[in-house]
Amino acid sequence: MTSLTLQSRAQSAPSRAAAPLLAVDNVGLRFGGIVALDGISFEQHEGQILGLIGPNGAGKTTLFNCLSRLYTPDRGDIRFTGKTILSQPAHKIAGIGISRTFQNLALFQHMNVFDNIRVGFHSTTKSNYLSDALNLGGVRRQDEEIEYVAWTLIDYLGLRADSKRIVTDLPVGTRKRVELARALAANPRLLLLDEPAGGLNHHEVEHLGELIQQIRADRNVTVLLVEHHMSLVMSISDKVVALDFGRKIAEGTPAEVQNDPDVIRAYLGTDRK
Amino acid sequence: MDLFIHQVLAGLATGAIYACMALAVVMIYQAIDHFNFAQGEMAMFSTFIAWQLMQWGFPYWAAFFVTIGISFAAGVLIERAIFRPIHDAPILSHVVIFIALFVIINSFAGFIWEFTIKAFPSPFGTKPVLGEGLLSAHDAGMMAVVGIVLLLLYGFFRYTRIGLAMRAAAANPDSAKLVGVRVGWMLALGWGMAAAIGAVAGMMIAPVVFLEPNMMLSILLYGFAGAVVGGLTSPVGAVLGGFSVGVVENLAGTFIPYFGSEMKLSIALALIVAVLMVRPSGIFGRKVVTRV
Repeated sequence: MTSLTLQSRAQSAPSRAAAPLLAVDNVGLRFGGIVALDGISFEQHEGQILGLIGPNGAGKTTLFNCLSRLYTPDRGDIRFTGKTILSQPAHKIAGIGISRTFQNLALFQHMNVFDNIRVGFHSTTKSNYLSDALNLGGVRRQDEEIEYVAWTLIDYLGLRADSKRIVTDLPVGTRKRVELARALAANPRLLLLDEPAGGLNHHEVEHLGELIQQIRADRNVTVLLVEHHMSLVMSISDKVVALDFGRKIAEGTPAEVQNDPDVIRAYLGTDRK
Repeated sequence: MDLFIHQVLAGLATGAIYACMALAVVMIYQAIDHFNFAQGEMAMFSTFIAWQLMQWGFPYWAAFFVTIGISFAAGVLIERAIFRPIHDAPILSHVVIFIALFVIINSFAGFIWEFTIKAFPSPFGTKPVLGEGLLSAHDAGMMAVVGIVLLLLYGFFRYTRIGLAMRAAAANPDSAKLVGVRVGWMLALGWGMAAAIGAVAGMMIAPVVFLEPNMMLSILLYGFAGAVVGGLTSPVGAVLGGFSVGVVENLAGTFIPYFGSEMKLSIALALIVAVLMVRPSGIFGRKVVTRV
């Protein structure tokens, strides 16, 4: 049950020299005639915050869907802790340590905040239909532990006042925190955040940046972030990868990527003098 | 006034039948988002299995629970074998298969057990409990059974982890997958549970309407009406909807002049149309709001 404890992996200092936590290797995917991803490669080390940027349609969310196994790439490989994840079905991804949030929020509607977060623990538990239906002792103990950790997460993300409210009644900013709590419930090593700042106001975005860094520090989670909000990406990322039309056009520190001529061209258009 | 109370009670008694069926309908609707037209035939077939077991010498309650087990397994099997392969197919493909299942199960039951009417025993007896002709012991027992099934369902969805996972899988399959829920199996479980509830409904209804392959035809319609009135997303609503359909049907038959029993079935249909026009999500259902 140690997998449920909130800070289980904290303090194990990230080592940059070791093998990467996540390796995206020449990943390609096409939908009919559209090349969504064209040979994307990059690596992410444990403890890093990596920002994935690019104009609309660059393939960021498609890549995210490959990483969480909703899509299967046509070619290339994705390795997590050195092992390919392409042989795993989507429902096993949380179990191996990858959690995500969605661009347009994908909470369980009509369920309250507490239940939404409770589902997030699903991959951390082992039980079957029978033991569950009979509500055996072990299951009950596990349930109590889940409830305890769920409340810890709820407090961590400041959701206690809304914990019994139905998620559809809540403002976007609060729902985003619920989704974050649900993702953290699986105690991930890698957290995929798809446009976490989308729909937030200026003040909330500032707070979000601090929150992401706080989560990394408290829980030693590696964060892969797709984001349009440039100042957020540039202020918290250790490394930035820029995509355009399914290709990687730049990779490096925020400062390097910001000044990359290809990136500037992708965002501002070609200079035709 | 006496007549009124009398008719309300009689309506509640028939309403219990519709409530049983409505509960099964809502159960499957929750899991697969469609009306299962073959639901009534599945329940009928289960009831025949119970009848056959009793013919072979099983005591009532043994046959009752064995039938529930068989029906559950059959429900899971139907989902795995037939509906899993067409999971992404359009609604129309599902509807066609529902109708095919309806006809196949109906004729298969006729082929095995013939179309003659058979008596089905009631575990509660038929003595009146509330004065002659008002509420029989079977009616009361049936209401109790509906209540127990409802409580079990509530407890299952509210307090067990699998129940929570099933709700999650129905609410958002992709998200559910990514937190580790095996969505396909949750669907199969939903089918199994719906088939099991249908079996309970069939066994409760059979002593009243007698057992034969077409026993569920009109009852399924009333069950649909109950489910629509109560709200397709709410098991409690379905049960209350089933009871209200029974009561409304009975009162209309009694107090509206020239409105004989021939017209009773049209009440169910009128109710469906009226609710869909005025409040499509039903009285207890939740409106699904999609962000555009």
